[in-house]
Amino acid sequence: MKYLLLMYSGPVGRADDLTREVALLEVAESGEWLDGGPIADAGLTRTVRVRDGVAASSPGPFRTGPAQLAGYWVVDCEDVERAVELAARLPEAATAAVEVRPLMGPSGMEM
Amino acid sequence: MGQLDSAGVADLLRPLAPQVLAVLVRRHGQFDACEDAVQEALLAAAMQWPTEGVPANPRGWLLSVAGRRLADQWRSENARRRRETTAAALDGFDGAAPAADDDRLVAADDTLTLLFLCCHPALSPASQVALTLRAVGGLTTAQIASAFLVPETTMAQRISRAKRSVAGAAFEMPAPAERAGRLGAVLHVLYLVFNEGYAATSGPDLQRPDLTREAVRLVRQVHRLLPDDGEVAGLLALMLITEARRPARTRPDGALVPLAEQDRSRWDRGPLEEGIALISATMATSPVGPYQLQAAIAAVHGEADRAEGTDWAQVAELYRVLAVVAPGPVVTLNRAVAVGMTDGPRAGLDLLATLDDDARLAAGHRLLAVRAHLLEMAGDLGRAREAYAEAARRTTSTPEQRYLEARAASLS
Repeated sequence: MKYLLLMYSGPVGRADDLTREVALLEVAESGEWLDGGPIADAGLTRTVRVRDGVAASSPGPFRTGPAQLAGYWVVDCEDVERAVELAARLPEAATAAVEVRPLMGPSGMEM
Repeated sequence: MGQLDSAGVADLLRPLAPQVLAVLVRRHGQFDACEDAVQEALLAAAMQWPTEGVPANPRGWLLSVAGRRLADQWRSENARRRRETTAAALDGFDGAAPAADDDRLVAADDTLTLLFLCCHPALSPASQVALTLRAVGGLTTAQIASAFLVPETTMAQRISRAKRSVAGAAFEMPAPAERAGRLGAVLHVLYLVFNEGYAATSGPDLQRPDLTREAVRLVRQVHRLLPDDGEVAGLLALMLITEARRPARTRPDGALVPLAEQDRSRWDRGPLEEGIALISATMATSPVGPYQLQAAIAAVHGEADRAEGTDWAQVAELYRVLAVVAPGPVVTLNRAVAVGMTDGPRAGLDLLATLDDDARLAAGHRLLAVRAHLLEMAGDLGRAREAYAEAARRTTSTPEQRYLEARAASLS
């Protein structure tokens, strides 16, 4: 099962990267890590909207506030408990929060 | 030298892969290094045989190429004295395989031993599956990665870690006392491989190797080795009957077709009849087990030409037994559907109510989807619609989501 780990930065800014490196080493070695990395500062964001067929982009994030997306991982792991365990090792979990979101896939049973 | 195209060569190589690997591991230990050497030999064969012809003794060819690779590897590593000794011993080994290796029985037993090793309890199910497909199935890392929709590097790491974890494990059949439990793990892994292939409804663009076909091939092999094991036969029958439905279970746009709405004339008669015959014969002689019961349930559905002709009383009874033999929330869910058909939707809903506190189901969509179905049968359309819509929100499968949203919309 694949999960998106969304790391939010707290008002204090970017979290300590050594903890992340240690966690990354483990998930890379286990073959659970698929993709991800840090996201540049929220101030560099462009938010795009199309209204009446006209596209407009504005500076700044869609959702404003002190907590902003600071990074993401895509992991493939056994179950949600394992994904939560990985999220807990990310430094953002201690400074702000990490969201664990299951990804949707093309598989399905005939029900 | 025989002539075969690359697909023919691949078919020839797949069953040979575990046999060659087993011979090497038995001789030299070091599962890790032997597996690498076998992969290299398979790659060389896949490239050379279609153009240069198939050697008279394919297995001997693979053994000698893989053996030489091992020797090269150990020498080039400038290895310790112990390893030098092994390499020296290997130098004399570059001809055809010794006679004992041609004994089919030994080769077959080795494949089973290898399966037990790949499904070692020290590994997670995901690693067991990956290692089994590579070492026993003879698939390349790239093929396995594409089947599970993960990058090749990820799969390579998963496999290499799994290989290291079992490198020290003895290459021998588990002791009789633990054999039943270990066989259970092997069957579970093959079941996971099958499900991964079966649950996929994605189109040809994803280039998934046919995992269901591979799972059936491996279970067939285990069944040949252990013909008297009822659960092995049960699993094979379950896979055959399930696979037979494949042509009817998706629409051209990828939408799922539930069992009740499938055009049964499109079911594949060959595997269907083989599966039904196998499970009927097995249940008459073997102690009952969960795979046999699931196969028997699939067979009851398979024997009905139309959904209305389903012998629901028998399905409900088989689920009742399954709930005793292998209780679990998913069994209760399915049993509730069957009870809904025999004793009415209210009886099914009552059975579902026993699952309300089940943490394993609480967050998912299956409980809601079954409740919606029973509420719809009971004529409570408003609550059925709500349950379908909520189930659609919770599933992580896009085809299931489309199906559930369509059900909700049809009740508006």
